[in-house]
Amino acid sequence: MASIYPATTQPNARQRAGFLSSIRRNLPLSVGLGILWLVAMVLVAIFADRIRPYGITQMDLTSRLAPPGMLKHLLGTDELGRDVLSRLIQSIRLSLVIAFGATLLSAVFGTALGFAAAQFRGLVEHLVLALADFQAALPFLIMSLAVLAFFGSSMVLLVCLMGFYGWERYARIARGLAISAGAQGYAASVVQLGATPARVYLRHILPNVASTLIVSMTLTFPEIILMESGLSFLGLGVQPPATSLGNMVGFGREYLTRAPWIMLAPAAVIMLTTLSISLVGDWLRDRLDPTVR
Amino acid sequence: MTPLIEAKELVRIYALRHGPFSRPSFVRAVEDISLSVFPGETLGIVGESGSGKSTLGRMLLGIDPAQGGEVRFEGQPMPRLGTPEWRALRAKMQLVYQDPLAALDRRQTIATQIGEPLDIHRIGPRESRAGRVEDLMAAVGLRPDQAGSYPHELSGGQRQRAVIARALAARPKLLVCDEPVSALDVSIQAQVVNMLSDLQEENGIAMIFISHDLKVVRNLADRVAVMYLGRIVEEASSDVIFQSPRHPYTKALVSSMPIPGKKLEGRVILQGEPPNPAARPSGCAFHPRCPVARDICRTSTPALRSVETGRTAACHVVADNAAIAA
Amino acid sequence: MIRFVLVRVMRAVITILAVMTFAFVVLRMSGDPAEVMLGPDVPQNVIEAFRKSWGLDQPLWIQYLAYLKSIFTGDFGVSMRDKAPALQLVLERVPATLQLTVPALILKLLIGIPAGVYAALHRQSFADRGVILLAILGFTIPSFVMGLLLVLIFSVTLGVLPSGGQETWVHGILPTLTMSVGGVGILARFSRSAMIEVMGQPYIRTASAKGLKWRDVVWGHALPNAAVPIVTIVGFMVGSLIAGAVVVESIFSWPGIGRLLIVSVSNRDLAVVQCILLIVAATMVVSNLVVDLLYGWLDPRLRSPASH
Repeated sequence: MASIYPATTQPNARQRAGFLSSIRRNLPLSVGLGILWLVAMVLVAIFADRIRPYGITQMDLTSRLAPPGMLKHLLGTDELGRDVLSRLIQSIRLSLVIAFGATLLSAVFGTALGFAAAQFRGLVEHLVLALADFQAALPFLIMSLAVLAFFGSSMVLLVCLMGFYGWERYARIARGLAISAGAQGYAASVVQLGATPARVYLRHILPNVASTLIVSMTLTFPEIILMESGLSFLGLGVQPPATSLGNMVGFGREYLTRAPWIMLAPAAVIMLTTLSISLVGDWLRDRLDPTVR
Repeated sequence: MTPLIEAKELVRIYALRHGPFSRPSFVRAVEDISLSVFPGETLGIVGESGSGKSTLGRMLLGIDPAQGGEVRFEGQPMPRLGTPEWRALRAKMQLVYQDPLAALDRRQTIATQIGEPLDIHRIGPRESRAGRVEDLMAAVGLRPDQAGSYPHELSGGQRQRAVIARALAARPKLLVCDEPVSALDVSIQAQVVNMLSDLQEENGIAMIFISHDLKVVRNLADRVAVMYLGRIVEEASSDVIFQSPRHPYTKALVSSMPIPGKKLEGRVILQGEPPNPAARPSGCAFHPRCPVARDICRTSTPALRSVETGRTAACHVVADNAAIAA
Repeated sequence: MIRFVLVRVMRAVITILAVMTFAFVVLRMSGDPAEVMLGPDVPQNVIEAFRKSWGLDQPLWIQYLAYLKSIFTGDFGVSMRDKAPALQLVLERVPATLQLTVPALILKLLIGIPAGVYAALHRQSFADRGVILLAILGFTIPSFVMGLLLVLIFSVTLGVLPSGGQETWVHGILPTLTMSVGGVGILARFSRSAMIEVMGQPYIRTASAKGLKWRDVVWGHALPNAAVPIVTIVGFMVGSLIAGAVVVESIFSWPGIGRLLIVSVSNRDLAVVQCILLIVAATMVVSNLVVDLLYGWLDPRLRSPASH
């Protein structure tokens, strides 16, 4: 689409200006804001320890349930006088880390299974497809709820569980793309050069299917955030003293009438983050991958 | 002299399924084919689409496993597809594809891809590989500044040159070219064919050249095998077969070849349906379209046998005539 | 076609069996229900007796076989807590859950599909952009946030609607609304893109080129064809009628299956949890199966294995 703008054929000096204005013209405002928000969230997550004004368990008993807007506690305090802003910053970090780790886990696991199905065909392929069907039919939230409750929630278990979410999509995509690449295309020709399967998949097929996989990741990521926050809200996800966006909303719920800010701040962050990822993901999908809708 | 590659009684049958539960129908893509190619020699394989010539090429390389018969390369049986021995053998035998764009990875520069066989087979020290890639690019007529180009930035002819350079990188002894120029513009075809021919001569490579284009094969091949529905129907040296075709099918093919400056005369126009590999006629597969078919042709499949010195044919009529002449 | 149906039914049965086995193994492996039910200070012989009476002293595979056997005779076990049959406990709660999920589903259909179709017919208009944005907003708001916001507005601030309980139909308004928001968004977006795809097809252009009224083109040609993919999504929504209420029931203290699940899970009431998982999975699998069969019937191309 960029090629319809003269920018790409103009000389260097004007090219840069043209490039910027072409971005401005091609990037809808909502997507731009979404990207800004996500960048801000990532920065907050990275520098959480530096920008957090207080410790997350540090209690200020003189100002309990203080409303937001005061310089001392910008977003107010909770029932124990803990600073909501500090807890929010820490929660953003934890929720993003869990969602990111789980998304990566599920992408790696699913892609590996999909490639295995494409490489070995036959029994392996049937097995992978049957597992994918099973996964798709699983009431995942209810299942994870039961597992977390019965095993007792821990960080590792939570990330691993979330990491099982959505792998079947990557498996199906990776399998389909690998099979079509191997049937007559570049992958077959590299096999014919004598390359090992590892080389074929890692050096050739993976880079070629990466854009489609990344687009699927933008679909799974917000779903995992929603799932983690839902479980934490129900008290089965992240356990105190650790704090995540979901369990902040869950605890804030009890002070809904007296101190709604405890719950509103993390709720707004969840909404804006999932909304931004969805907007940016949609836009990316239209750009990178016309085959998936 | 021992042949570089030798195939004996190769058979390949595909099961075609029309739905998940319907009874499969069988396509005999390659049936009872024997041939051999000597070092430095060029064998042309011609036939219509669906005659099984591409499948034969892939079987000779061991990409499609033989369901019957065997392929021997330098006297050794072909290792199984995907084994380390099979992979190592790729340094000695290579394939050039019909569609160079599909055969190239669109996310790597052509220099990387041309050098890939060197990396795979660990040929030469790492530092010297860049130089070898430069030489290869020069040999196939690519400019040095195109090294960093991606496949979609090149023309069709340039892409095919890159594919050929990649195929030659490991200095193979056998090159199988499957319709290497049919996707290119006519004006480019001759250049690429000439280049292939020069490179083959310089490096003493044996070549199996698969094409439906008789003109190209005539210019390039030492010997020619004509295929019809999975079988070789006639094989002889290039001069012999184009001067005096004997099998009725070869006659029809050769008579349809335009010769510059000459009016097309005595052209044999084939009757009946074009061949359908899934519904192979009984007896001689060519009999429904054959102008000289007899009763025996409907019931009995003619074997490929020597009908005169240096020529084999699979035809009851030709065999009878040969017997009478002898 | 018969074999197509048989294969799909077989796969559905295998999936349900797999869920059942998975639930059984994972939940049994997680720890000893005896200690949770009885507490830590109970003498050893009482624990032994408890284990014996629930068959927990047997090896896992014997427990599993016994479980399978009783399921096939219609016995889903007995709640360790209430001593009542698990199936009965669960089924008692189904109507309450359906009281929320069925009206929510109707709301989703009535709002989502027309909004999506309207947006598709008025592409790039202000209304279209509005629908897209609201739709994305709809399914990116977690239901617990939505529920709490509604409570904050309608119960706390305005004081017009109750924030919990099940006494009258008025109590059902907020939970139903909460539950339908996400689905409305998904359906609107999905019907929009299905409709846009259909409207771009040659037969629509043919239909309008041959002079058919625009309204007839939309109603007679476009909508029926766009319906095929929309039916799939609706099928998934029907499949989660029972499962979709865990969070919402917990927010609004609605005594449905979701609440029962949360309570049983925290009590480690094995039989009830397994029974819920089984029923939820079975509803999902069966509705997927129905959608699959409908689809195969509507679109014969999907019967080939290439559709994977």
